[in-house]
Amino acid sequence: MPYGMGGTRPEAMGGTMTDTATVLRHPLWLRLTHWVNAAAFLALVVSGVAILLALPRLFWGETGANGAPAAFDLPLPVNLEQTGWGRNLHFLAGWVLVLNGAVYLVTGALTGRLRRAVVPDRDQIAPAHLAREIADHARLTPARGREALRYNALQRMAYFSVIAVLIPTMILSGLTMSPGITAAYPELFTLFGGRQSARTVHFIAACLLVLFLVVHVAQVFVGGARNLMRSMITGRFTVPPERADA
Amino acid sequence: MPDPLLSRRRLLAGASTLAGAGLLGGCEAPVLGRLTSPYDLSNGLTFAVQRWLLRGQPLVREFGPEAISRVFPTINTTDPDNADYRRSKAQAFADWRLPVGGLVERPGTFSLAELKAMPARTQITLHACEQGWSAIASWTGVQLPHLLAHVGLKPEARFIVMRSVDGWWDSYDLFDALHPQTILAYGMNGADLPVAHGAPVRLRVERQLGYKSLKYLSQIEAVDRVDGLGQGRGSMVAELGFPWYAGI
Repeated sequence: MPYGMGGTRPEAMGGTMTDTATVLRHPLWLRLTHWVNAAAFLALVVSGVAILLALPRLFWGETGANGAPAAFDLPLPVNLEQTGWGRNLHFLAGWVLVLNGAVYLVTGALTGRLRRAVVPDRDQIAPAHLAREIADHARLTPARGREALRYNALQRMAYFSVIAVLIPTMILSGLTMSPGITAAYPELFTLFGGRQSARTVHFIAACLLVLFLVVHVAQVFVGGARNLMRSMITGRFTVPPERADA
Repeated sequence: MPDPLLSRRRLLAGASTLAGAGLLGGCEAPVLGRLTSPYDLSNGLTFAVQRWLLRGQPLVREFGPEAISRVFPTINTTDPDNADYRRSKAQAFADWRLPVGGLVERPGTFSLAELKAMPARTQITLHACEQGWSAIASWTGVQLPHLLAHVGLKPEARFIVMRSVDGWWDSYDLFDALHPQTILAYGMNGADLPVAHGAPVRLRVERQLGYKSLKYLSQIEAVDRVDGLGQGRGSMVAELGFPWYAGI
């Protein structure tokens, strides 16, 4: 029995799902912004590494250069030849990420989708529920039935960290490296403790975002790559039936 | 020091004309006049947004002397391999002359002594390189807007083209050329500008990355457009893949 393709939520249907059902899980705007964001993020990582290789050392404070003591030397080769295309691609992808992200945030806020992606439902913050989620994650057991149709609490906390903390940190620390932007907003230097501190924060936040991506993609495989990829491409998601003993 | 020849109105007029022309399709700024790749679009967007954010012409931060960096890297040319330059360097640049011409009322050439006799500005600022490093130094020189007022910038002048002894060249719109912190620096950290840092005179454009602060200045020219220079991208670095506008 397929659910309505208008994004009908299973709660509205009532009862327990025992049959295989296909729903339209992700609306078109979400699928589009997801993949545009994915492409922009990959371009930012690749170009970010290209730029980093010109000076794979991290400093704290306002200044830092070869010949000056570094807070941390990254075990990476030096390459001075890639900052031209690296910077061009970085700022192109940065604009795409920011403008696409604005579309996502506005549409998500208007449709209520954003809240359901980043704020856990009331029942999900009960300690017993959280404990079960943690145990399920540890056993790599994906949700089934009705639970498979909503983001779990740990997932929402991860999305919250990315959307509300890490990406804003990336944008602000990136802008702190811009001599034009900081001429208009010198407060950014105060926020991060200097241009090189902002550069170091930018690197750390980038590493955390890459860690998120690795876990995100791993979860796709744990949860059923075929089904989850289809749901993010065509929107159609086959709901795994509840276990008989559940 | 207030300069009667350079009114704030002139500065703002130059800035707003340029911004207006760029945003409304006049597209005289190299960054907006040529939209042939996605990078031109994103770099143009960066330029337009930054020009709007900087429309009040704020100054960049200036530090106290205690902030001056012990290490200030020198890259690219650090001692020009040029016979005239070597001869000039051997006599402490006594014979060095800076021609200032183009769309100006009173073209002239200036010796180092003449530049030093003009009102000086000293600023301790953060230099940010596109390679990722940054360093703080004190720069002393004459404000470019003062020199341009001295030679009388013609109303049709829109860009200042700078050339360097080593063949490097770049251009600046009046928005940056007439900024109070845009100086022709002959002093660094209280002494004469070292050869490795661009002696006898280098440019400081504080709201852009280091590659816009040309070293070893050899010529200044006011022009109405830059699309006829080189490959028409407004600067030599732009021909090597680096944006003409380096505010980010």
